[in-house]
Amino acid sequence: MSARRAAWLFLTPALLVLGVFFLIPVLGALVLSFTDYDLYALADLHNLRFVALGNYWALLHRPAFWAALGHTFYFVAVGVPLSLAASLGAALLLHSRLARCKAFFRTALFAPVVTTAVAMAVVWRYLFNTKYGWANHLLGLLGIHPVDWLGDPHWAMPTIILFAVWKNFGYNMIILLAGLQAIPVELYEAARIDGASAWRQFRHVSLPLLGPTLLMVAILTVSGYFQLFAEPYVMTEGGPLQSTTSVLYLMYEDGFQWWNLGIASAEAFVLFLVMFAVTAAMLRLSSREPAGGAA
Amino acid sequence: MNPRLAKALVNGLLLGGALVALFPLAWMLAVSFMPPGTSNALPPPLWPANPTLDNYRQLFGHAGMWRYLLNSLLISGAITLLSLACNLLAGYAFAKLRFAGRERLFRLLLGLLVVPAQVAMLPLFLMFKYTGLVDSYAGVVLPGMATVLGIFLVRQYARGLPDELLEAARIDGASELRIFVCIVLPLLRPVVATLAILTFLTAWNDFMWPLIELTGQGHYTLPLGLASLAREHTEGTEQMMAGSVLTVLPVLVLFLAMQRHYLDGLLMGSVKG
Repeated sequence: MSARRAAWLFLTPALLVLGVFFLIPVLGALVLSFTDYDLYALADLHNLRFVALGNYWALLHRPAFWAALGHTFYFVAVGVPLSLAASLGAALLLHSRLARCKAFFRTALFAPVVTTAVAMAVVWRYLFNTKYGWANHLLGLLGIHPVDWLGDPHWAMPTIILFAVWKNFGYNMIILLAGLQAIPVELYEAARIDGASAWRQFRHVSLPLLGPTLLMVAILTVSGYFQLFAEPYVMTEGGPLQSTTSVLYLMYEDGFQWWNLGIASAEAFVLFLVMFAVTAAMLRLSSREPAGGAA
Repeated sequence: MNPRLAKALVNGLLLGGALVALFPLAWMLAVSFMPPGTSNALPPPLWPANPTLDNYRQLFGHAGMWRYLLNSLLISGAITLLSLACNLLAGYAFAKLRFAGRERLFRLLLGLLVVPAQVAMLPLFLMFKYTGLVDSYAGVVLPGMATVLGIFLVRQYARGLPDELLEAARIDGASELRIFVCIVLPLLRPVVATLAILTFLTAWNDFMWPLIELTGQGHYTLPLGLASLAREHTEGTEQMMAGSVLTVLPVLVLFLAMQRHYLDGLLMGSVKG
């Protein structure tokens, strides 16, 4: 057997799986988004009609879609910076020469990442219960009135954001910690000899050298956070008053509760395009900045 | 700043962070042992005064958690084994076997990473509906049988294998399959462990696709069973916490046992290119 034939033989199972169960469905979604596939088409394919850009046009005129897009942007715009700040803070603490029991702290801080989002979202619901939850109990000790965390349209999304930060910051913490450890010690020594304070060492040594890692981590987190779904599904069911309905939540409802698969496919594609545009813009902006000019 | 003060500050902040990270987990565990109805009190109790296993008994007896647990184990186990086979073969081929268009094909695969998985879910559901695979184990396992990230990880690792070793085996007349099984696989052991734990945890925690695909409770995984209980609002806090413990504990223990492999994989996956 030649190496070339062996190569294709080895590649076939994986390519077949990725082709049949990913690539073809993605192309299928594009086709589906140009049709009015709904409950009637599900019953009998003869009811299927081609509507060209009709679904996309309808989405542009649908307040519920704009609202879902807005909620998703809110989650990304607030959640990503908070997550990155928590990750960077934790990584700096773990990297500090003053820290003790590093292995224990690293494991403890990382633990939320491996937990099941659905199960911890259930726990979160009870911790942020208005009457018996620990969140309000602690606020009460400080003399602050109880907050209706998941029942108040203003507070539901912030509560989900808090959950997402708690659940995810450990992931980027590990990557940033590895980035910090890769910075040569001599650079800090040189800065110290020049009399640089801890803050200036961070600002002028750590941060610029960590720049590329931070950018990559930010892009991955942004695309992850655009895919908000399980948290509102379990914690709020998209409410109250649709205030936590994300684009994917809307897609799930349109597609699998109302069986409007044409519209739902268009929603999935718009989300994809938005994610692509935002991450591409982040890459563009960062490449334009001179090296070391971040922050 | 005074060095002793700085040391206290750094370690104090770490301790506070660890407390915040672990509190929800500890609270969940404590409440799962409280008798029904006793956790809803003021101030909220932290420790079960009269610990009981009733909540777990209830879950296994009435709520059918056995079924969900077995389904989760079966689905995650099958995805892990099958995707290991596909990803190892493909990753090795991309790293060490020469063929026309190799780099271009690999770049194409990496390009797929840009597309969020949810885009494929609607047509995939229709595809499975017309082939009768909706609400079946196969419907969850099949799409997870190969991943771009898995192929990428294997390729990264396999590129470090010495070419002389493979050439020597070829000159000795060993077939490519034999070389893969007898020489390459043993050398790939570290990346196999990493990929196995990464895949198992991802499959265990996966939610959206199983939710769409598994329409009947008979095939529910633990996250699906737990989410449906949570949305019914009929079970008490203590029983829900027992269900959460049951869902989280297996992956948490697995992670603690194989922490190094998991973190290796996380770091390898993040160094793209």
